[in-house]
Amino acid sequence: MVSRTVKILLVAALSLVSLFSVQVSLASETPQNEAGVQDAHVKKTINPSEIIMEHITDGHEFHFFTIGDFHATLPLPVILYSKERGGWFTFMSSKFHHGHDAYQGFRLEHGKIIPVLEDGVTVDETAKVYDFSLTRNVVQMFLALAVLVIIMTGVAKKYKKNGPKAAPSGLQNMVEPIITFVRDDVGKTNLGKKYEKYMPYLLTVFFFILINNLFGLLPGAANVTGNLAFTAVLALISFVVILFSTNKHFWGHIFWFPGVPVPVKFLMLPVELMGVFTKPFALMIRLFANMVAGHVIILSFIILIFIFGAMNTALGFGTSPLFIGLAVFIYLIEVLVAFIQAYIFTNLTAVFISQAFEGGHDEHHHEGHEEKH
Amino acid sequence: MSHLGGAIGAGLAAIGAGIGIGQIGKGATESIARQPEAANDIRGAMILTAAFVEGVALLAAVAGLLAVFK
Repeated sequence: MVSRTVKILLVAALSLVSLFSVQVSLASETPQNEAGVQDAHVKKTINPSEIIMEHITDGHEFHFFTIGDFHATLPLPVILYSKERGGWFTFMSSKFHHGHDAYQGFRLEHGKIIPVLEDGVTVDETAKVYDFSLTRNVVQMFLALAVLVIIMTGVAKKYKKNGPKAAPSGLQNMVEPIITFVRDDVGKTNLGKKYEKYMPYLLTVFFFILINNLFGLLPGAANVTGNLAFTAVLALISFVVILFSTNKHFWGHIFWFPGVPVPVKFLMLPVELMGVFTKPFALMIRLFANMVAGHVIILSFIILIFIFGAMNTALGFGTSPLFIGLAVFIYLIEVLVAFIQAYIFTNLTAVFISQAFEGGHDEHHHEGHEEKH
Repeated sequence: MSHLGGAIGAGLAAIGAGIGIGQIGKGATESIARQPEAANDIRGAMILTAAFVEGVALLAAVAGLLAVFK
């Protein structure tokens, strides 16, 4: 029954997303018309890696689309601290005019804010700037967090009011199967009897990654989970949780490997010690690379249209249905990946936690060993 | 030259990951066919192992990307 509900949920999510992807393809077609017209008088060259990097990295504004000279953007506040310049600076990023102008002695260069001299071009080497801006990743993360808190507190209130035995209604139907899935397939299978202690953390990290993955797929949205700093912090928190769950068996395995001759024990020490750090490192890279790869593939298909369009306008129009179809296909796979990556991050965290507190069995050691390669 | 290296590296990583995940899928489907009642456990183990393989492949992909962008 649970799997059926999940299936229905997935279908609903997919159909919702296909609606959005139609918007994406429409949005990408409109600038193409413009580009075709522009090609006649302004020869614009397409730099795919630059366009892709602009989309997947952090920025000081939400950029939705550009038609001709009109940029549909949502500027975000810039907060800077510079001791040499005398304290804090706060202003909207729209003051930079997309990097064309300097403002209050600062300039936006390739998404990075640098101090400049009075002429507005020369880099000021004497001043050091700390950027505390609310970038689009930060803003979107807080938005996702707010949505998550609203959903979860609403559901929790309903359970308090109706009791756990009552038939779920509304949002409960969406959240309950996922929670039971995480509890049964991640918590109970990996952690055994101790699962209850870790459920709050596992559920939080699962839903947080999931909602940020899904938000990142919306057109014009920031790629929060495809940011190395974001995944690094998540991995760091998981690392702390893993370390707090360790027992003496775990550390005994690392510093004095049982069942091998003494010289080998010394040989194993650095290898095992490295294994402690590669686990969260792998968590960090996995989530980051998966999300970035998905976004890059979608963007590459869309950009291919413009590359063909630059060669020949008719060729661009002719191939666009194919590439839009491919982009939509990858987009739908990305929705699946959003769920799978949230599941894998949570599941691996649970596996590592169970490795940390379980005694020295050969099979657990074997699992940990494989991860290191 | 670094572009070529990055591209070859990404291709090799994809080949390796493809073989690895293919082996996992083969093993999982065979064992599910042999013992359908253990399908859920096997699926969990399959996804976990696939995640390990994929993690290594992605590491290679990121290394390739760094080689290209440098």
